[in-house]
Amino acid sequence: MSKLTLKTEGDTHVVVTRYFSAPPEAVYRAHIEPGIVQKWMLGPDGWTIPVCINEAKPGGKIRYEWAHPQRGSFFLTGEFVALEPYSRIVHIERMHLPDPTPDNHVETRFAPDGTGTLMTMRMTLPNEQTRAMMLSTGMESGMEASYVRLEQLIASRLARGGAA
Amino acid sequence: MAMSELIHLDQAFGALADSTRRAILARLAEGEATVMELAEPFDMSQPAVSQHLKVLEDAGLVASRVQGAKRPRRLAKVGIDAMDQWLAMLRKALETNYDRLDEVLATMDKEKVEKKRKGEMQ
Repeated sequence: MSKLTLKTEGDTHVVVTRYFSAPPEAVYRAHIEPGIVQKWMLGPDGWTIPVCINEAKPGGKIRYEWAHPQRGSFFLTGEFVALEPYSRIVHIERMHLPDPTPDNHVETRFAPDGTGTLMTMRMTLPNEQTRAMMLSTGMESGMEASYVRLEQLIASRLARGGAA
Repeated sequence: MAMSELIHLDQAFGALADSTRRAILARLAEGEATVMELAEPFDMSQPAVSQHLKVLEDAGLVASRVQGAKRPRRLAKVGIDAMDQWLAMLRKALETNYDRLDEVLATMDKEKVEKKRKGEMQ
């Protein structure tokens, strides 16, 4: 039932697709206007994006800082490469954890699909080791929530096993 | 579920609770690799990688075979399942953000309609 797909392609790509029931203009804007980005690109509950800079022009600066009252903070920097309203964004990003991760080259396309939008995000990493690293440690905040979920999953399995 | 499987699962969970070990698993998901090949991209000493590999092997996530003086490592079945689960979780983490975006987009749509309405009234 999930609307999202995530798969690896070749040695260095990760491709994510997602359908949105809103026109490409809105989905495109939601990816670059800081006021909108700050409402959704948060990761798990409790995180905020106090600093969100997007200079939406080729060569323009990107800087996002995530913060959590107990878990601290981390940030991402990058640059825009190309912007085609409202169909395509190309940018480069790296996470600082606090050491910078290798550059992730990201192309995001927004294609009309009925009354909605099909978003395709294609990430290109420098090599397959970096991709492996990103898939396992990247998106630190998101993975943390997942980790909690894994804990719950395993706890419930253990409970079920114990009862049997 | 058999008790031995439960212990295994618990150990696997412990082995996964380390970002370097998850990265090693992700690398092995791409194919067999020697300790030297694993050490290089992670900028780690071979003994450090060997130590992580031992934890992963004890947990049943990684298997090895003998090839001359080398012992190439590969993902064991449990390791493959674990990596599948990580990918599914990465998917879920993204989905959390995009579900939020769905709500934001719905609000944007409403605001637009309201603005339009106001414009028509003036």
